[in-house]
Amino acid sequence: MTVTLDIQMRRRGFLLDVKFNAPAGVSVIFGPSGSGKTTLLRAVAGLDLVDHGHISIDHVDMAGVAPHRRAVGYVFQEPRLLPHLTVLGNLKFAQKMGRLVSGQSFDDVTDLLELRALLQRYPVALSGGEAQRVALGRALLSAPKCLCLDEPLSALDQDLKQRILPYLERLRDQTKIPILYVTHDAAEMARLADHIVLMRAGKSVLSGPVSEVLTDPAAVPFLGIRAAGTVILGCVESPDPTTGLAVMSFAGGRLILPELVQPIGHKVRIRIAAQDIVLANKMPNGLSALNILQGVISDFHHGQGPGVMVQFKVGETFFLARVTQYSAVQMGLALGQTVFAIVKASAFDPAGIGS
Amino acid sequence: MSWLSLSPVEFQALTLSLWVAGVSVLVSLPVATAVAYVLARCQFWGHSLLNALVHLPLVLPPVVTGYLLLLAFGRHGVFGPVLEIFGLQLAFTSAGAALAAAVMAFPLIVRAIRLSIESLDPKLEEAARTLGASPVKLFVFVILPLIFPGILAGAVVGFAKALGEFGATITFVSNIPGETQTIASAIYALLQVPGQEVAVARMIGFSILLSFGALLLSEILARRMVRR
Repeated sequence: MTVTLDIQMRRRGFLLDVKFNAPAGVSVIFGPSGSGKTTLLRAVAGLDLVDHGHISIDHVDMAGVAPHRRAVGYVFQEPRLLPHLTVLGNLKFAQKMGRLVSGQSFDDVTDLLELRALLQRYPVALSGGEAQRVALGRALLSAPKCLCLDEPLSALDQDLKQRILPYLERLRDQTKIPILYVTHDAAEMARLADHIVLMRAGKSVLSGPVSEVLTDPAAVPFLGIRAAGTVILGCVESPDPTTGLAVMSFAGGRLILPELVQPIGHKVRIRIAAQDIVLANKMPNGLSALNILQGVISDFHHGQGPGVMVQFKVGETFFLARVTQYSAVQMGLALGQTVFAIVKASAFDPAGIGS
Repeated sequence: MSWLSLSPVEFQALTLSLWVAGVSVLVSLPVATAVAYVLARCQFWGHSLLNALVHLPLVLPPVVTGYLLLLAFGRHGVFGPVLEIFGLQLAFTSAGAALAAAVMAFPLIVRAIRLSIESLDPKLEEAARTLGASPVKLFVFVILPLIFPGILAGAVVGFAKALGEFGATITFVSNIPGETQTIASAIYALLQVPGQEVAVARMIGFSILLSFGALLLSEILARRMVRR
């Protein structure tokens, strides 16, 4: 299944002009507030009308199709549960609203989101995180062909976000529909995205698979210095015999991590921000850092500030490192040059490690 | 306790009042809900006109409303011949009393329901639509349950109004014991005759009791709704 859109909409002196393809998996739509992310989702769901262009879901043109016939599950920033129904009632409502195809089974969804204990409660008696989980479950039970999540975690505090992210990761790995996920939080994007669409002032400026976009030096101005970096998908291996620390292997090498909750053999996904990498042009020794990767410089990006983004390739994986212009000149960094990347321990923030 | 026992005429006035008020509210509610929804949600040419028309019975002298009803639905009125085809007569009948009460209560019912529709969060409706609710299902399963307290409030205030309606009723259907004599017109009739103070007091007492009971019932129902 896939969502294709190419739309133009005028909104109060603001032109939304977006074109991209969202295949199965999570497509994160990333951009600052006011860049048109929510309007875009509302257009997909049919809640706002498009001036020009077209939207198709699963190869069916959505022009003139009413929202209730689109089979687009939508989770808003706030839960929007029906206050006169219990959690069970809200979930059954979604099932009953009669799409002909049957959705995910009720038990699967309640298990996935751990809703069983909440079923008899009314929405007023739920915490923010619980309510948002119910909203997610409700959207899933409506048998959607596409899921739109509009900053579903933005109203929650940091702690709750961390508790809901694993549910979203599980959802991503278990469903086969396109999920459009709007956020302006780089950490959320790094944990959930399979694909990224960068938005700026109503336009989609760049889109592609997560590992390409996040390590694309040209994307840095749109991502911001803090969000730029690498997302590595890897696999947990048996602990390092000498240090006893956890090990993750990826296409290009191995990383030693201080702590991993995932068992051996499981997939892990970590983000290494460009600012958490130190570059050296010789193999350094006498360092406390455990992870030193050898790579080849493949691209540069000079920004407006004093920094330079250096893209280099370790095996099959691209990395991004941020160094100062001064260091770049001193070290004589050039395309094709071999560099050694020292990954700071701070890169492995447990909150940034997903599955 | 002989002062409490009702004469047959008084008893008829009491049951007739209940019947008139009940029927008028039941008939008004669906129409009032539809009109309230249209007024609250739809923008169209003639919106203000419809709004004014609905509120007319509230501002017109009841006698005028009653007379207009007579002009419209009397035997020689505009719709009189049409009603006659169906063997219906409204003027000077209890059905006519219910019609007069319904017309007078209508604006109050519409106002109560409209308020509750306007206080609905449209975000909930958006959410329901994305879940696949067609406009009809949206109305039945989301809007209707959520505005139920408003409908209840409208029903109670309409019932109370219908119970006490006097001016339009007496003009349209007169004051015929056993046919169109409600509590209000019975009290009026009793007041015309000297020495009926006890009967008047009795009828007033029942009138207060009825209104109070209706209010109490609605309060209990509303409380039960909120508790859910």
